[in-house]
Amino acid sequence: MKLKQSITAWMFMTPFLLVAFMFLVAPLGYALHLSTQTDTLVGGVEFVGFENYITTLTDPIFLEGVKRVFLFGVIQIPIMLALSTIGALMIDVFNTRLAKTFRLIAFMPYAVPGVVAALMWGFLYSKSFGPFVGIFESAGFEDFNFFTPAVFIYSMSNIITWAWTGYNMIIIYSALQGLPREMYEAAIVDGANQIQIALRVKLPAVKNAILLTAIFAIIGTMQIFTEPRILSRFTNAVSLGYTPNIYSFNLAFNQSQFNYSAAVSFTLAIVIFVITALVLSFTRRKARSAS
Amino acid sequence: MKIATRKAGYLRPRSNIANVAMLLAIAYFIVPIVWVFVNSTKNNEQLFSTFSLWFPDKWSLTTNLNGLLTQDGGVFVTWFKNTIFYSLSSAIGSTLVCAMGGYALARFSFRGKTFLEASILSMVMVPATVLVMPLYLMLSKLNMVNTVWAVILPSLLSPFGVFLIKVFIESSIPDEILQAARIDRAGEFRIFWQIVLPMLRPALVTVFLFSLVSSWNNFFLPLVMLSEQKFYPLTVGLAAWFAQASQEGGNSILFNLVITGSLVAVIPLIISFIFLQRYWQGGLNAGSIK
Repeated sequence: MKLKQSITAWMFMTPFLLVAFMFLVAPLGYALHLSTQTDTLVGGVEFVGFENYITTLTDPIFLEGVKRVFLFGVIQIPIMLALSTIGALMIDVFNTRLAKTFRLIAFMPYAVPGVVAALMWGFLYSKSFGPFVGIFESAGFEDFNFFTPAVFIYSMSNIITWAWTGYNMIIIYSALQGLPREMYEAAIVDGANQIQIALRVKLPAVKNAILLTAIFAIIGTMQIFTEPRILSRFTNAVSLGYTPNIYSFNLAFNQSQFNYSAAVSFTLAIVIFVITALVLSFTRRKARSAS
Repeated sequence: MKIATRKAGYLRPRSNIANVAMLLAIAYFIVPIVWVFVNSTKNNEQLFSTFSLWFPDKWSLTTNLNGLLTQDGGVFVTWFKNTIFYSLSSAIGSTLVCAMGGYALARFSFRGKTFLEASILSMVMVPATVLVMPLYLMLSKLNMVNTVWAVILPSLLSPFGVFLIKVFIESSIPDEILQAARIDRAGEFRIFWQIVLPMLRPALVTVFLFSLVSSWNNFFLPLVMLSEQKFYPLTVGLAAWFAQASQEGGNSILFNLVITGSLVAVIPLIISFIFLQRYWQGGLNAGSIK
């Protein structure tokens, strides 16, 4: 009986295991294998051990890309999550038609492909197609340009904030909806106002949901590709290694450095994994010492 | 995955600050979509000469749609069909894979299960786009790049979906029902097909929708894998037209087509959104369990 159960279970697991092996384990293994080789015109394929990784970790272009997405995340993620949380608290409390419309419209960008979002904002930012340059200029910013390297990073954070705030808001809102009402009815009886309830009762209760959105946001930010790739047509800010993923793509397709591209991808995967694990263990420890 | 345990909202805002904030937010989120709609009604000259957030005197929407159907031998229609084909097959496939895997984890005990669960949770953390380049390198060795398989098969992997189904089964399909069926000597696949799947419906719809949107919106994977226009999905096709338009400069007719094409690419999903809201939010709710 026990054995039969085991066999049935593994049979049901088989499709997933096959897909996971073919499209996750095998490519990572193959990339690892490629990344320990070098391929030169003169010498052919040669085993070089960790050399590509040493190159990656000392490559100023790669490091600059990692630093850029990291700083980008440090600024953009807190702003986005603060907006999502405030929005979630509002739609949790209010039952007006306006609040329902807000909930629906804020979630809508999730249905818009990243490419289309980048295109739309690219047009909106451009001087000839969009209204914003005109608005900024009449507000006193002369010759305002969304695409100069210094401004572009903010233009890009706006696109990503637009695309993901509503999605995160709904995750936090769903967690708020799951809270039992008795939890804060006592506080209402004690005369607490809504803002106090939101800060002292609701926020601590949904902090796991907020943590989840933070982790998704970190993983997403480190992998930014679509927005800079599409908008590189409007701006010269997007360099060869503007983000690590752009770099890996360019190495493989524009420079045919496949082995090095594999090393860059692999290193990025490890960097993301480590950052996620650090965030998780840090917040877990904090939660434990608080309780 | 209970969708709402109490009624949404219980107050009307007393101050106007909240109302103003929500109105501003609505405006912010809707402006780009309004822009696309408004500008898909303009011809090339009007794009530059009229106010960018209002309709022109004479609409050119039908001309633009016509252009969309005929430009480059009607390749846009091919892209649209490809997108539908890729996202439907990815969504159906990954929903089935997730349902089977989630069922095995939720209702069977077997050796290696703990390890499997831990690996699936850590797979959720593996950044998807980081896999794209290694996958390309591997598939090109196997001569599988520039085929529909290179786009569809990798999209079948959804560790989060397996996790979601498992949680759903644990909370809403009691083991007793399955045991009763086994006593009646129903085969394991029959139990799965005739009892488990129908009871799983809400969770299946959620996994299906998320998988559908993620492949509909995917750009990096098809961009890397496909080199022929006839295989492109909408995202890669629109990006290619946009690149061409920017090279040709301001007078390119392609700008209109990119804008109208963008509108056409988002309409199906936005409609599905409005009608299937319940399922979307159900799925996101399950994500916050734990």
